[in-house]
Amino acid sequence: MLKLLKYSLYNILRTRFALLYTLFLLMATLGIYSLDYDLSRVGLSLLNVVLLVVPLVCIIFATVHFYNSYEFMELMLAQPINRMTVFLSQILAVGLSLCLAFLIGAGLPMLIYGADSSLFYLLLVGVLLSLVFTGLAFLASVMTRDKARAIGITLLFWVYFSLIYDGLVIYLIYVFYDYPLEGATLAMVMLNPVDLARVIMLMQMDVSALMGFTGAFFQSFFGSAQGLLVSFSVLLIWILLPVWAAARVFKKKDL
Amino acid sequence: MISISNLNKKFGRLQVLKDMNLRFERGVSYAMMGPNGSGKTTLIKSVLGLVIPDTGEIFVNDQNTRGNWHYRSDIGYMPQIGRYPDNMLIGQLFDMIRNLRKDKTSYDLELFERFGLNEMLDKPMRTLSGGTRQKVSAALAFMFDPGIYILDEPTAGLDPLAVEALKKKIAEERNRGKLIIITSHILSDLDELTSHAVYLVDGEVFYDNTIEELKAETGEIKFSSAIARLMEWSLNGVKKN
Repeated sequence: MLKLLKYSLYNILRTRFALLYTLFLLMATLGIYSLDYDLSRVGLSLLNVVLLVVPLVCIIFATVHFYNSYEFMELMLAQPINRMTVFLSQILAVGLSLCLAFLIGAGLPMLIYGADSSLFYLLLVGVLLSLVFTGLAFLASVMTRDKARAIGITLLFWVYFSLIYDGLVIYLIYVFYDYPLEGATLAMVMLNPVDLARVIMLMQMDVSALMGFTGAFFQSFFGSAQGLLVSFSVLLIWILLPVWAAARVFKKKDL
Repeated sequence: MISISNLNKKFGRLQVLKDMNLRFERGVSYAMMGPNGSGKTTLIKSVLGLVIPDTGEIFVNDQNTRGNWHYRSDIGYMPQIGRYPDNMLIGQLFDMIRNLRKDKTSYDLELFERFGLNEMLDKPMRTLSGGTRQKVSAALAFMFDPGIYILDEPTAGLDPLAVEALKKKIAEERNRGKLIIITSHILSDLDELTSHAVYLVDGEVFYDNTIEELKAETGEIKFSSAIARLMEWSLNGVKKN
């Protein structure tokens, strides 16, 4: 397993994509820092990068990588090696390299220019989101043989979670305006990893006052240790569930 | 030894293998033939666990292959089209496979050296010609001295010199009592190397017997004519087996 992971990581490093991604994040973070000295505003700007760019890059890279290592997997599966080992080493290698790229790219400037607790939360949330979208990308990839279709599906995931879902939530809130919706919105937030990450971060940044009564309700939930534990657990489920589903499909996949 | 019982496989609506039963014995070399799309490669990939059959069982050396992977250490497999990680060098590829195969510690490097692969260790896999890839596949299949060889069109794309080297190697392994399965459309190769004919048509076993018997049944003296007769029979719907 470790050996296979090592070779998979080596394969990724040689494509130089992870390096470019690190450099991009590094430059974006340094740029944000140089524009603003106020740490909370740095956090808000970085949050947008984490919520939009990181999932997009992760989902595209993981999908492309899966298809690029098709030959590698085929070669390995003709050897006396367990299928699950091959699958897990691939997904771990992609997840690890994306997380590492994010941690270096976004974390290094924080080490240099300083950070507060909310920025550390941002790093944690970014790592978790990277893993969520790596899992989703692998799920889409194992379900179809066609690379173009898989990329289409993964883009749909991204558009749905980043854009469409919010529209639906706002529409529902608008329609059911007269009813108490705090519980329902909380549930809806849990059903979208990007929203969940966003709300966790907003609560850390003390901007809940802008969000009226719902904001206060969220603050009382996400502000408590218990609420944070629940929301991070839900994010973990968002990582494990797609990986588990993808592993199940891969186990029976014809190569 | 490989035994296959009631094997079924569908790709979508297309039934590629239909209730197939076959036995491959140690010490015998098999020529697996059949028209394009008759299920040869799917059968081979099922044995290797690359394709998961819908129903039926495959035993390799008395181990059920379903969900198992240890049995593959006794199989040397040469794929029809060898596909390898593009950005790896030949040397890295061989190092990696050797490194991952801790079940074997001694290596048979005869083909590796005969094909001159040891002189192009730092060539990237993506720059290799089809023939050189085929040489890599062959060297890998023969490296770990397995008891079973499954060779899917082994000589396709090789230059005459390499073909001779490979055939010599296969013959040597056959004489050492290994089980060898070869699919090919080049009948002269099969004639030299194999003693048993398996003919597949539309995912079913149409013929499974020794080549001697095949010649006697068809009344032909030459292997190629006997196979031609077999093809005629299958086209005319004569039921054999």
